Amino acid sequence: MESLTLSDVEQKYYSDLFAYCDTDNTKKVASNGRVLDLFRAAQLPSEVVLQITELCGATRLGHFGRSQFYIALKLIAIAQSGLPLRVESLNSVKDLPLPRFVVGKNEAEARHAALYQDTDSQGLYPASAAAVMPRPPGRGLQNKKAPPVEPQPEPTSPVVSPDQSPPTSPPSWRKHKRQHSGGNVDRPPVVAAAGAVWTQFREPQTVSAEGMWASHSPPPPGQESWVSFTADTPPSSTLPGMHPSSVQESTTIRTVASAAMTNEIQRQSSGYDDPWKITDEQRQYYINQFKTIQPDLTGFIPGSAAKEFFTKSKLPILELSHIWELSDFDKDGALTLDEFCAAFHLVVARKNGYDLPEKLPESLMPKLIDLDDSAEVPEQTADVGYSGSPVEVTPNKSPSMPSLNQAWQEMNPNNEQWETFSERSSSSQTLTQFDSNIAPADPDTAIVHPVPIRMTPSKIHMQEMELKRTGSDNNHPTSPLLTKPPELDEEAKLPASMKFVAANTVGEGYSSSDSFTSDPEPITRQRSQSGTSPEPLKVVAPPPPPPRPHPTHSRSSSLDMNRTFAATSAAGQAQASAIAYLPAVPPRPLPTQAAPGAAAGLATTAAATTTAAATTSPQQIPQQPNFADFSQFQAFAASEQPSSLPEVDKHSEVEKAPEGAGPLRTVKSDGQVDERASASVNSAKGASGPIAPPPKPVRRRLKSEDELRPEDEQHGPQKSNVIAAVLSTQPSIPRSVGKDKKAIQASIRRNKETNTVLARLNSELQQQLKDLLEERISLEVQLEQLRPFSHL
Amino acid sequence: MAVCIAVIAKENYPLYIRSVPTQNELKFHYTVHTSLDVVEEKISAVGKSLGDQRELYLGLLYPTEDYKVYGYVTNSKVKFVIVVDSSNTSLRDNEIRSMFRKLHNTFTDVMCNPFHNPGDTIQSKAFDGIVSGMMVQSG
Repeated sequence: MESLTLSDVEQKYYSDLFAYCDTDNTKKVASNGRVLDLFRAAQLPSEVVLQITELCGATRLGHFGRSQFYIALKLIAIAQSGLPLRVESLNSVKDLPLPRFVVGKNEAEARHAALYQDTDSQGLYPASAAAVMPRPPGRGLQNKKAPPVEPQPEPTSPVVSPDQSPPTSPPSWRKHKRQHSGGNVDRPPVVAAAGAVWTQFREPQTVSAEGMWASHSPPPPGQESWVSFTADTPPSSTLPGMHPSSVQESTTIRTVASAAMTNEIQRQSSGYDDPWKITDEQRQYYINQFKTIQPDLTGFIPGSAAKEFFTKSKLPILELSHIWELSDFDKDGALTLDEFCAAFHLVVARKNGYDLPEKLPESLMPKLIDLDDSAEVPEQTADVGYSGSPVEVTPNKSPSMPSLNQAWQEMNPNNEQWETFSERSSSSQTLTQFDSNIAPADPDTAIVHPVPIRMTPSKIHMQEMELKRTGSDNNHPTSPLLTKPPELDEEAKLPASMKFVAANTVGEGYSSSDSFTSDPEPITRQRSQSGTSPEPLKVVAPPPPPPRPHPTHSRSSSLDMNRTFAATSAAGQAQASAIAYLPAVPPRPLPTQAAPGAAAGLATTAAATTTAAATTSPQQIPQQPNFADFSQFQAFAASEQPSSLPEVDKHSEVEKAPEGAGPLRTVKSDGQVDERASASVNSAKGASGPIAPPPKPVRRRLKSEDELRPEDEQHGPQKSNVIAAVLSTQPSIPRSVGKDKKAIQASIRRNKETNTVLARLNSELQQQLKDLLEERISLEVQLEQLRPFSHL
Repeated sequence: MAVCIAVIAKENYPLYIRSVPTQNELKFHYTVHTSLDVVEEKISAVGKSLGDQRELYLGLLYPTEDYKVYGYVTNSKVKFVIVVDSSNTSLRDNEIRSMFRKLHNTFTDVMCNPFHNPGDTIQSKAFDGIVSGMMVQSG
């Protein structure tokens, strides 16, 4: 081979072409279709092509090495300019126009050639530019990417003609820009930038007078980007005009990969403009660069390596620092693939004169599962000096390469966190269900609806209140009641559901979720835990409602909601059993079974709330239910029908807490399996009731309890002392089916009233608590303010 | 709500200092400088007792007629000083703490930047943004 001296432009151009043809990236181009197409595109007679091939020595070698390829290109140029093909002319011809390849992609090449020639001689440029003009900016973009300086193009999916990296001659570029004010603007800069960057990385380019464009030879990847440009043409608006034609042309030569890229590009194309979108070829280029530093695409590039890498771009450290700030999305000091691509993209843009954005453009943001891609407003042209150029926005993060997305997702720590979160919550749910299965003792219970019981600190109070009230009782409940407080305290500490195990698990699960919410406040966490503790029980029910952390609802009306819901869900079984577990109240005698069970449940939940309000509402509560019981009884008997389980459950629950609940529950127990569950809920509410003057309600309830006794029996050991007391006093009530309905209705009414009273009590207590907390905070602040003075 | 925010390096030279521009900036610089003595005093006092469990938030360093100075020290002896106008009495301690926390987080991000050499003045736009946000609040 004769030694070949190429001008810089030629060098770039040729290396671009070589990269394009070098599909195998072996630095040796066989006589594959690319090369042949390329030569064909040169619009030279075939014999000339053969001659060229022979001259460059490829015939001898059987393939095109880089030097052969360059020689061939030069010969083509010579031939195109009409000079005789001679080896000597390789180096002797001066100002040789760049070889023009006209077919399809060759348009780009032609443009490139034109551009190059322009840079060289300015002669052909107008012509070529004119010829090129019709080409969509995509071409221009491709042209922008001057032949990669580096001899190592990284052809990922070599696309057709665009590979001829058109010299990014600023004039041509700008012309293109003006003419194709659309997305091209973005593309070219990006493409050119990519090329430019590498050019600068490898060789400071001073090729053309055009300045940065010319000086930036797009890296080999630019070739791909050109291809993708054409591919993007149809989908993207960035390449107006010829895109369709160029696309067609390119499609003919496009490889499968490029087609795939096209699809991806189409997918990515969106409605709004985005000057920062990374094209596929650019992305591929970035990925290849990433590989050079970190072979594992899912791994990280440490900050030091990234620093060295980007320092090569010769940007000022300040700008690099800013770019780093923008691109290191998760602020971990390392770059993931997406972050690296974004950083690289910004470097490329910066090198091409674009100002760095203040915020990371949306298209450059690493795709997060839980983030909305459109969260950030895409950087407008203002940043890059464009005005009104429609830029197509393709959510860059919609991975051009599916594998990238995957990799990114795998890498994304947020994903892991979210996954972990879901795992935990699901596990907690699983545990809950497990428990619920154990809970219902009543086989009749078709549906297990765990009555949500909110374990809140107020529970402790409620129980305390109960304790106080029933402390004097010598009933069985007393002993259980005494034992209950410690248990309740434990429960309160574990803001968990009725079941310790489930509650704990759930609490942990939700606490983990809290951690994800990045809420460092322990209070919040506790609240959420407490709020969610009853949730799992609820979840046990067939359509488990998603656990909801109620950070602030732990003691508020959510209790009522839960109770109401639980009552309606008629899933008290789980809770009933849970309630039974919590208080560990010894099983009570028949009359007290139902009531204790319900009361226990109610007590657990209502204890806290009712304790505080015991002073005020207790009296009201017990009285009301008492009164209500009888009147309701009549009313129920008269009009209402023994309603669904929910009602019964509610009644049973109410009964538990208030003494009135007991009898109601007994009534229900006849036919209601869910009473326990509801009882647990009601017990929470009812606890306040029972806490009220037990004696009075007890008496009254006794009467009604006689009828409801059977139901009470179904309820397991009770927690609340009050209930126990009440129940103990109640004589066994013979079951009477006939009266059940009426009793149920009456109990339902009573329970409802008790519930409302308890709810009101609860809200009052919470309000008091809030006031106290505020006082405490203010006192703390004062203390803080006073403290510094002590140092002085 | 601050009128002046400063970041002091371990060697007690400023890495970053910014004041509300309308006022006499030199005065704030002087205030921050003198507050360093108080910071040192607090560090040494607390350090003996708690060891490395020292509270990062130092609290009100000293109040003057016009403003209050709050301090915060990181474990690497980088100090944050916030000067707040005394007329803003509504500023609670928790708010000051949150401001310091935000400063600390942003400072950590700046440190993580491989292009930033520890000991250099902070030239991060993100950091500037955060600080501006804090100062703008005070109006």
